[in-house]
Formats: sequence, structure tokens, C-alpha cells
Amino acid sequence: MAITLSGDQALPGPPLSSRLTPAQVWGIVLLAPYLLVFLAFVVYPVCYGLWLARAPSNYVALYNDPIFARAAVNTLIFLVIGINIKMVIALFLSGFFAVQRPWIKWLSVIFILPWAVPSIPTILSVRFMFNPEWGVINHLIFSFTGDDGPNWLNDPTVALTMAIGVHIWKSLPFWTLILITGRLAIPHDLFEAAEVDGASWWQKFRYITWPSMQTLYITCTLLSMIWTLGDFNSVYLLTGGGPADLTHVLATLGIRYLRLDQLSLAMASIVCAMPFVLPLVYFMMKRLSR
Amino acid sequence: MKLPSLRDVATEARLLLIGIPVFLWTMIPIYHMFLFAISPKEDAFSGKLWPDHPTLHNFTIVFKQQHYFLRDFYAQFWNSLVIAAAVGVLTLVIATAAAFSISRLRVPGGRIVMNLALFTYFIPAAFLAVPMYRTMGNYGLLNNHWSLILAMVTIASPYAIWVLKQASDKLPVELDEAAVMDGATTLQIFRMVYVPLMMPSLVAIGTYAVLLAWNEYLYAFLLLSNDREITLPVALGNFLAADDSPWELLMTTGFIYALPPAAIYYAFRRYMVGGLTAGAVKS
Repeated sequence: MAITLSGDQALPGPPLSSRLTPAQVWGIVLLAPYLLVFLAFVVYPVCYGLWLARAPSNYVALYNDPIFARAAVNTLIFLVIGINIKMVIALFLSGFFAVQRPWIKWLSVIFILPWAVPSIPTILSVRFMFNPEWGVINHLIFSFTGDDGPNWLNDPTVALTMAIGVHIWKSLPFWTLILITGRLAIPHDLFEAAEVDGASWWQKFRYITWPSMQTLYITCTLLSMIWTLGDFNSVYLLTGGGPADLTHVLATLGIRYLRLDQLSLAMASIVCAMPFVLPLVYFMMKRLSR
Repeated sequence: MKLPSLRDVATEARLLLIGIPVFLWTMIPIYHMFLFAISPKEDAFSGKLWPDHPTLHNFTIVFKQQHYFLRDFYAQFWNSLVIAAAVGVLTLVIATAAAFSISRLRVPGGRIVMNLALFTYFIPAAFLAVPMYRTMGNYGLLNNHWSLILAMVTIASPYAIWVLKQASDKLPVELDEAAVMDGATTLQIFRMVYVPLMMPSLVAIGTYAVLLAWNEYLYAFLLLSNDREITLPVALGNFLAADDSPWELLMTTGFIYALPPAAIYYAFRRYMVGGLTAGAVKS
């Protein structure tokens, strides 16, 4: 009953019990557990975090920290280049997997694996493949050319590219799957009619597939961008932010500050990302809550 | 028998030209992990594509906890299991109740709560991790399994509520009305009408929450630190602490750790694809 009472108090106005039907009382009781979780583990942490990040000196410190600027640029590269490459490939592969062949059906089952298995062991597996001394890649380079391979993860550009590659490896199946559902929803007779009219594959894509999938594709791209902002694993487990903290993204940078016991800096770096995140979130909410 | 035309052959060749790279791209990291798991250390580190003497010795070492890094393997496996199960159950209970309340009982303010939940869903989890860590410290829950369980429930619930609400909006109102006519109380409707009809979505959401918790690395690594309290992914990450890490054992443990979620995923694939991906992006 205590939960009911606290739920009642949250609502404005006098004697509520007279205004609420029993079903509504139950509604409040059943909603209360989530509200409690939300208040204790979302509202309180966010408010507390914002309060910690309130001092302007934090932002001056961030501005003066070259690692922060680098992380911001890396994040932008990750999102703008990485996600768009991923989504174009996903769009392309959704067409491939829509082709009716038994072996393609089997391949689509295998193709889901990166999404189905946890990312930690597979990312570490990639990391060791590129180990300069013992990794299989440099062994192969040595056996073919007789030269030592490069120290892959020691070059920030290569390391960041590989982190993007790992991210694509992991999440490509999911987005391809979503785009396949979108593609299969296009009425088949449209393509048959185009076939009769002698349309090329590009014309079919340009005038049938793309117009029907455009909205879905853009939604997916934006959603993927928001989520990728929180992709900690691809960077942290592959490069650890190194070499020399040059491959951090905002997600790993926040944790780095946290580990250095600079919580207010960590929060400030997240606050700095908000002007980009919130419009995207607002747009997604408009689309999903329709 | 009809011979394939040149055009058919060309189409098939083009499909293979896409299919083979896709297969290799997908399988190489996984194969590499498997290769390490069945290779003795010398073979693994010499860059062979297939070991001279494939062996299950690494698995024996893991299962007998015969290495410094593995001395708490069973405890950590158990932690992962318990936490994943607890997150699955709690998320189901909280989200089902909330979705029923918002969608069927039309509780005042339900729409606002739904939007707040969606908002949480879109905030990147790594951003929430920073204040969450401090909050758990304030609550005195650090290093306690409850901190990870509650954090994961917080992250899993918004999507769970949203998917369940979408699904329950599709159930006809007449069902509830008929039950009320028959004198059913709200709780009876919930238990005897709502939950049975929602079963497929509930399975999908339960699986989603369990996998999310089992796979979680960041929160687990922030919130738990004691060797006997951490989950398997954190233990895997800890292998990296040493320069001379036993990578073949790391890959073996990783392989064991990756099997349950892969099996669950494939077992519930129908539910997952129907219940989750369709709901993930409303076109």
C-alpha cells in the first residue's frame, strides 16, 4: 500500500481515491516499480552528474586537454564516416540476402554470428590477429614477403580504422537484418512491372527500392549514430585508447577520466556531447512515439 | 535436363563474388578464436592456420582452473549466470507490469512515462555509466552483484516496455471488456488474459534482457572489481593486464563464454526476429 500512497502523492489535486477507478489505482501500483528504478538509477545519477559538471572550470580544463579534442574528432570520424560506410554496406547486403537461394539462406544464418556472440572474445581475437610479433597477419606477411609486417595498432590512424572495422563487423548483421525486413515489405509486383518495362538494376533501385526504404534507412542511420556514441568496447578492447591516448572516442574518454578519478571532467565531456545527442534523440522519439 | 544459360552462370558467379567475402569477413575472427582454443601454445603463437596437433588440453586447463588467471573460473561463470538470470526476471516483471499499466489500464501520465523511458533508451549507455558508477557508490552497492543487476535492469527496461507496449496495443480492447463483464478483477485480467496472450513477446524480451546482461562488459568492469565477484567478460578483460598473457587460454575461455548466448540466440531466433527487429525500427 505504501507504493500506492507515494504514487498518489505524485499526482496533483485533493482526494484522489474518489477520482481514481480501481483499475487506475492498479495502474499506478504496476507502474511504480519502473518509476522507482527510473528515479533511483536515471534521474538521480543524471542530476548528480550535471551538478558535478556545473563548474565552468571543467570546460576550460577540457578545452585545454588535447586528448579531449582528439577524442571529439575521432568520435566524429567514427560516426560520420564509419556509420555511413556500414549502412551503405548493410543496404547493399540486404539486397544480396533477399535473393532466393538455399546457400544464401545458410549464409544469412552464419552472417548473424557476430551479432549473436559477445563482443569481448571476438574483439580480443582480432586484437591478437594483428599482434606485431605473434599475430597470424604478420606471420603471413612474413612468409609471403620475407619482411616484418607493420605494428598495426601502434599507428593511431590504422588503429582507429580497425576499431571502426570491428564496430562494423559486430553491428552490420543487425542493420542488414532490419533493412532486409524493409526490403521484403516492398510489393513484389512493382519489380515485376519494372522487369517487363526493361528497367536496369540501377533504375529499379533508384525508382522502387530507394523511395520505399529511404525513411527506414535514414532512421536506422541516425539510430546507429546515437548508439555508436556509446560504443565503448570496440575502441577500448582493441586499442585501449592508445597509442598515446590518440584513439579515444567520447565513450572511452569519459571512462578514462573516471578511472583517473576526475569525475567532474568525465561528466563535462559528456555534457559537451549533448548538443549533438539531444537533437538526434528528439528526432528519434518523434519518429518512434508516433 | 535443362542446361543453365550463360546468363544464369554469370548471375551465380556474381552472387558468389559477394557471398565468399561476406563469409570470410564474418568467420575469420570467430575461426581465429576457435583455432586458439584447440591449439597448444606453440602452435597458436606461430601463426599456423591449422594446428599440427589439435588438442582439447586448453579446455581441460580452464575446467580444472589450472592457471593463475582462471582460478575463479567457476565462481565467475556462476556470477554471469546469476546476474543474467536476475536481470531477465526483474526486467520481465517490471516491464510487463509497466506495459500493462500504460497500454491496458491507461494509467494517467502513462504516455509521459513511456516517453521518459524511450528517452533513456536513446541515451548511450556508456554516457550513463559515468554518473551510474558514482551513484552506486553513494548507494553503497559497489562490488555488490545488485549494482550490476539494477544497472542492467535500468538499461534493459525502456526497450522492453516499449516493445511490450507496442505488442499489447495490438490486443483488442474487447478482451478486457469481456473479462470485466465476467467479473474478473484487474489482477485476474493481467494473469489470465494478458500474460498468456503476450507470451511470444515476453520470451523475446526475456531473452533480450538475459543476453544484454550476459554480454555486458563496461558496467560489469566498472561496478565489480573483486576477483570472486566479477563476471566472465571482466575476467577476460583482466587477462590483458599481463604482458605474457596466455592468449590460448583467454580464447578458450572466451569461446566457452560465447557459446551460451549464441545457442540461446539461435534457439529463440524466430522470437527475436519477429519480436525485436521488427519493433526496433518502426518504418
